Amino acid sequence: MAATRLFLRASPVKCSLTGLTGGVHSSLGLTLLKLSPACTAKPQAQRRHAAHFTYHPEPAPSQYGPTQKMNLFQSVTSALDNTLAGDPTAVIFGEDVAFGGVFRCTVGLRDKYGKDRVFNTPLCEQGIVGFGIGAAAAGATAIAEIQFADYIYPAFDQIVNEAAKYRYRSGNMFDCGKLTIRSPWGCVGHGSIYHSQCPEAFFTHCPGIKIVVPRGPVQAKGLLLSCIADQNPCIFFEPKILYRAAVEQVPTEAYQIPLSQAEVLQEGSDLTLVAWGTQVHVLKEVAAMAQEKLGVSCELIDLRTILPWDTETVCKSVVKTGRLLISHEAPVTGGFAAEISSTVQVRVRWEIKAFYFHRGWSTYGSL
Amino acid sequence: IGYGLLTSRFLSDLCKCDLHKLEEGPPLQAVLTREEGLQYYRTMQTIRRMELKADQLYKQKIIRGFCHLYDGQEACAVGIETGINLSDHLITAYRAHGYTLTRGGTVREIMAELTGRRGGIAKGKGGSMHMYTKHFYGGNGIVGAQVPLGAGVALACKYLGNNEICVCLYGDGAANQGQIFETYNMASLWKLPCIFICENNKYGMGTSVERAAASTDYYKRGDFIPGLRLDGMDVLCVREATKFAAEHCRSGKGPILMELQTYRYHGHSMSDPGVSYRTREEIQEVRSKSDPISMLKDRMLSNNMASVEELKEIDVEVRKEIEDAAQFATTDPEPPLDDLCNHIFYNDPPMEVRGTNPWTKLKSVS
Repeated sequence: MAATRLFLRASPVKCSLTGLTGGVHSSLGLTLLKLSPACTAKPQAQRRHAAHFTYHPEPAPSQYGPTQKMNLFQSVTSALDNTLAGDPTAVIFGEDVAFGGVFRCTVGLRDKYGKDRVFNTPLCEQGIVGFGIGAAAAGATAIAEIQFADYIYPAFDQIVNEAAKYRYRSGNMFDCGKLTIRSPWGCVGHGSIYHSQCPEAFFTHCPGIKIVVPRGPVQAKGLLLSCIADQNPCIFFEPKILYRAAVEQVPTEAYQIPLSQAEVLQEGSDLTLVAWGTQVHVLKEVAAMAQEKLGVSCELIDLRTILPWDTETVCKSVVKTGRLLISHEAPVTGGFAAEISSTVQVRVRWEIKAFYFHRGWSTYGSL
Repeated sequence: IGYGLLTSRFLSDLCKCDLHKLEEGPPLQAVLTREEGLQYYRTMQTIRRMELKADQLYKQKIIRGFCHLYDGQEACAVGIETGINLSDHLITAYRAHGYTLTRGGTVREIMAELTGRRGGIAKGKGGSMHMYTKHFYGGNGIVGAQVPLGAGVALACKYLGNNEICVCLYGDGAANQGQIFETYNMASLWKLPCIFICENNKYGMGTSVERAAASTDYYKRGDFIPGLRLDGMDVLCVREATKFAAEHCRSGKGPILMELQTYRYHGHSMSDPGVSYRTREEIQEVRSKSDPISMLKDRMLSNNMASVEELKEIDVEVRKEIEDAAQFATTDPEPPLDDLCNHIFYNDPPMEVRGTNPWTKLKSVS
């Protein structure tokens, strides 16, 4: 469930913690929090919520050549297609990728490039990633698929202990930089505890790997191609709820979107909103509602790369607005918002008198 | 009809099991009594109808989320249960509705759990993949993760000296997971009373066994663990093999592995039509030649152990039971919102968990 961390400027709104609890002042925090229906203390009638946001496609980029209408999984297929075409060492493997994958991300690739380049693995995540590390270390551009991010834990040891540390412990003699792990990620409405998880926070505790989460098809293709090209092992989490829901005009040629650069989607002056993946679209709507109902101008930032994250952009924005709200789907304790908020607090504390509190569920992500 | 004219018991021939590192296997003949036959028939028919009802409710969107159906494999659940005691332990993966029933659950509780209502066997919080009863440890979503757990349960049995065993089930897809082999080693090293059972229904989701496994002799995969392979569609075969395996474990010889060759009629789950990786003809052939319920029915009728009317009566009763259960499952209320954060931790006194803002604290009671 969404976890948010909120920084407040101490003055002039005079938002003390107690004031926010009790008062019905037009204090920023309380009213903002009232926007979310889940906020009310009274138990509501239980309704079934489907996708809680509308996807608004972004305008087609003009600098990368001709574009075609694609949804998220098609943009991933396109990125993989470009990779297999341009890099003869590229191989794609994972559970069920040969027929096209359970989310259709690899449709047509086996027929086009051959069964020695696009192949199924048995049901063994630890084996898949371990094998991928070896293949990458030997010089192949290895693109491994973990069928759901929830299943990545058997491979956790391989990722953290092997992939992330290979270059360091061999003094740069060996590395598995050519490894990219792709995995469907995030809440989807009917996934429950084992098809909805967002495990990025577990991996951010580990230097040596990069973690990227796109918000839409154009971003996905560019970021995935950057991950593949990047000389470090990367984990690319694809928001599964957007696979079909997000449709945009995506360039057909290969292009890259730089890693570790957050993107300011919307400029504002009162509050910085930070999110990644699906939550970006939720916060887009929040920003629109805040503007319309409260006259609050929000600056929306898509973090894009979770590790290493773009501290400059976020801090610069918080210096401007004085307030920060981060939203993510994973549980709040130890979620990545905690890291962002503590870093921002340290970096900009002399510019802002800020105190923060965080809100969010500490129960399982998809209940 | 005069029941006095019916046979009360009958000695049936059983299929021969393939053996691995075993001198001899289960007996080639077994006695089936009328009572047993009728009970197996009733239980298998209950599982079959329950699964078909779940299919119907899923298509009506009354059951949501994931639903992995067991129809076609009923002989495995029923045969295994009759080979062990209710005080023994069992753990399986997500295709668990049949086992929940044989291990003591009621159809009402199972269906209410599928629909996510408070009358469900896991209070509506588990769903299809997480059903539990006493001595039945689920109901596990992550493939292969239940096998080391099963070995742990077996260790507890050995440690407590209660002569109980643990039956630890997994599928042909899970047979390729690393943790299975780790478990084989531990169970064999410590001579744990654990029966590993691979329910080989020929397809791991959409991948046929030939495309996933270097060796499809799953009963030999335990290497140093003795194994047997048998027809999982014949409930008597399964029963005798399970009895044999249970005896092996209880006598302190350590673990044993069974491969049950079986088949599922539905796809992997309700989102899988089940015909893109196999032909309808294949499914039809299994249905007509090896259906477990039909096989038992023919056996009983041809040996004059039951009458057609009697079996029809059982069918009618089972149908009614399922209808009632479905009615309950559809009308029972959902769990209260207060339940949302319960049972995260064990806590004494009750714990408070953050809600969506710091001022709504949700109670977590265990």
